[in-house]
Amino acid sequence: MSAASPTSTAGSTQAAAPTGTAAAAGPEAGLGVGGVLQRCREEGRAALVGYLPVGFPDVPGSVRAMVAMVEAGVDIVEVGVPYSDPLMDGPVIAYAADQALKRGARVHDLFTATRAIRDAGAPPLGMTYWNLMLHYGPMAFARDLAAAGGAGMITPDLVPDEAAAWIEATDETGLDRVFLVAPSSTEQRLVSVTSACRGFVYAASHMGVTGARADLGDAASVIVGRTKAVTDKPVCVGLGVSTRAQAAEVASFADGVIVGSALVRCLTEADDLDSGIARLRDVVAELAAGVREGTRA
Amino acid sequence: MTQQHEHAPVDVPRPGRFGQFGGRYVPEALIPALEELDEARRKAMLDPGFLGELEHLHRTYTGRPSLVTEVPRFAQHCGGARVILKREDLNHTGSHKINNVLAQALLTKRMGKTRVIAETGAGQHGVATATAAALMGLECRIYMGKVDTERQALNVARMRMLGAEVVAVPTGSATLKDAINEALRDWVTNVHNTHYLLGTVTGPAPFPEMVRDFHRIIGVEARAQVLDLAGRLPDAVIACVGGGSNAMGIFHRFIDDADVRLVGVEAGGEGIESGRHAARFAASEPGVLHGTFSYLMQNEDGQTIESHSISAGLDYPSVGPEHAFLRDSGRAEYRYATDEQAMRAFELLCKTEGIIPAIESAHALAGAMEVGTELGPDALLLVNLSGRGDKDVHTAAHWFGLIDEEGNAQ
Repeated sequence: MSAASPTSTAGSTQAAAPTGTAAAAGPEAGLGVGGVLQRCREEGRAALVGYLPVGFPDVPGSVRAMVAMVEAGVDIVEVGVPYSDPLMDGPVIAYAADQALKRGARVHDLFTATRAIRDAGAPPLGMTYWNLMLHYGPMAFARDLAAAGGAGMITPDLVPDEAAAWIEATDETGLDRVFLVAPSSTEQRLVSVTSACRGFVYAASHMGVTGARADLGDAASVIVGRTKAVTDKPVCVGLGVSTRAQAAEVASFADGVIVGSALVRCLTEADDLDSGIARLRDVVAELAAGVREGTRA
Repeated sequence: MTQQHEHAPVDVPRPGRFGQFGGRYVPEALIPALEELDEARRKAMLDPGFLGELEHLHRTYTGRPSLVTEVPRFAQHCGGARVILKREDLNHTGSHKINNVLAQALLTKRMGKTRVIAETGAGQHGVATATAAALMGLECRIYMGKVDTERQALNVARMRMLGAEVVAVPTGSATLKDAINEALRDWVTNVHNTHYLLGTVTGPAPFPEMVRDFHRIIGVEARAQVLDLAGRLPDAVIACVGGGSNAMGIFHRFIDDADVRLVGVEAGGEGIESGRHAARFAASEPGVLHGTFSYLMQNEDGQTIESHSISAGLDYPSVGPEHAFLRDSGRAEYRYATDEQAMRAFELLCKTEGIIPAIESAHALAGAMEVGTELGPDALLLVNLSGRGDKDVHTAAHWFGLIDEEGNAQ
C-alpha cells in the first residue's frame, strides 16, 4: 500500500508554512518558476502560463503540442495530469482528460512531458488532483518530478491546511508548490494560503471551474489586489481567460496569465494533430502579444 | 520509478477527522462555505429553536419515531435468532434519507441561502431533497448520472413532480460519483446562494459528522425500543453501508455499548473476484475522493475505479470516513453480501413478513442471516431496514423473471 497519511501537523496553517520569503524570486538556475517570473517582471510584462493535459490526443502528441507552445511564446507550461474525477475542471478540459485516460495516460507520463519541456527551455509546472500524488507517495512523487526537471505542482483540491506531507516533500526537493486563492477567500485565509505558496499564488478569477468566459468582470482584479495586499509573492490569474484582450487586461494587474481551456480546445476541435498544433501556435502568439500589451501598474 | 511506503505520522486529533480519516480536500473557493456550514450546524445543534422545529417536523411530517417490528418468520432463516427491524422504510419518502434532508434544509434557510443542489444515485436522496425543497420553498436542482436516470426513470419523474430540476450527467461513468462531481462544480460556482445538500456521511468536513448527527435519531430511538421490547440490548446491530449514512445513524448511539457488535454490510456485487463490487473494506486501500480521505477503490495510479452493485444506493467507490475509522479501530466489523445473497434475503422478507425492502436494506438482511446463523438462537439482532422497495420493483421483477425485457408480466 502506497497511500500515505495526508495528516501530520496539527494547528494553524501558518505553522506548516515555509519560513523563507525569498523563494518567490529564486535564481534562474533553480528548478522553480521564480526566475522566469523575475525575468518577465524585468521586461515590464506579465508571464504567459499555458495549460495542456498530458496524454491528449496521446502522450507523444501532447508533448509535441507543449513544446510547440514554448516555441510560440508560452513562458511556463502547466502540464495537467488527467484524473478520473476532475471537479475543478469545466467541460473542455474534463473531456480531454477523460479521453486521455481512456487512451491509457499514466501519472508517470508527467515526467516524460516535463523532461521535453525543460529541454525546450521553459519551466514545466505540473497540475493535478491530490489523490494521484498521495497514491504515488508525496515524497517519491516530488523526487521523481524534480529528477525530471519539474518546477513544481499546482494542486487545485489541496489546501495548505491538508498539505503537510506535500509541504515537507517540496521543502526537501526545492519544488514550487502553488496553492489557490479564490474570490470567496477570507483575509485570514489569504494570509495562510499565500504564506504556504512557493513560486507564485494562483488566483482564481471567479467562482467556478475552468473554461472560457466572455467577460471577466472586475472579480479578477479585486482578488489580485486583495492577495497582493498580504504578500509580495507573484500572483498569476487563471480560470476564464481565453483572448488576447483578456490577457492584456489581466496582465495590467497580475504577474502572470494562465490559459487552459482556450488552448485545449485547439486540440479537441482539430481534425488532426498537425492542424491542432498550428492553431495552438496562432492562439499562443496572440496571447503572448496580449501579455505584452497590459500596462503594468 | 520508486513507489515508497510512507507511514502516517503520529496523529494529533483534529476537527473533521476520525483518526487519520476525513479531512477537507476541496478547492479553496469552497473552504469559506464549509466553515460557514460548520459554524451554522454547531450553533443549530445547541439551539432549542432549531431542535424544536426539527423535532416537530419529524413528528408531524416524517412520521417519527419510526416503528420497530419483530420478524419471527424471517428469523427462522437467521439461525433462529430473534430479529427486530428498525422501520426507516416507513418514513415519508420511503427511507432514512429524509432525516438528514429536513435538517439540512432548515440549516439552508438559517444560512440565508435560497437554493439547494444534491446528487442522487437510485433517486432516494434526490426525492427526499426535492420533497424538503418543496416543503420549504427552496429552489432545487438534482444531479443524477445519465445511466441512473435511465435505470430510475420513475424517480426522475417523481422529483420533477415535486418541482425539482433534474440534470442528467453524461460524463465519466455517468453514475453517482459523476453526479457528485457535477454537484461540486455547481456549488463552487453558486456557493453565494446555494447549499450543497450532501446525502451521506462522506465529503469534506463537516458533512460526515453533520449528516451522522442528523441520522443519530435512528439509533437513539431503536436502542430504547429494543430495551422496551426485549428487556436487553441487542447482540448485534446490522446495517447496509454504501456511503454509510443509515449505518452511522443506527450505530452511533451504540458505540459506547461495548458488548453490542456493530456490523456493516457492503455490496459484494458479482463477487470480489469478479472485480464488479462495492466492497471497499474487502478490497481497497485509503485515498481521497470527493473531499475526504477514506477507503477507496482505485487503480495502480490512484484513479477511481467504478463500483458495481444491483443496488444503486450502495454503488459508490468510497465510504464514509468514520466507517473507515470504526473499522480500523476494530469497533465495527464489515462484511459484504453479493447481489445473489441480497436478492435471496429480499425475497425471504417479502414472503415471510409481507415487507418489501429496498435492495440496499436487503444487504443488511443478508448480513443478519449470516450473523444469526453464527450466533445461534439465543442472539438478538437489530437490523436497520433503511428503505422500502417500491423503487426497486422493476429491478426485482427482472431479477425474479416476473416481467420480460419490455416490462410485460410473464
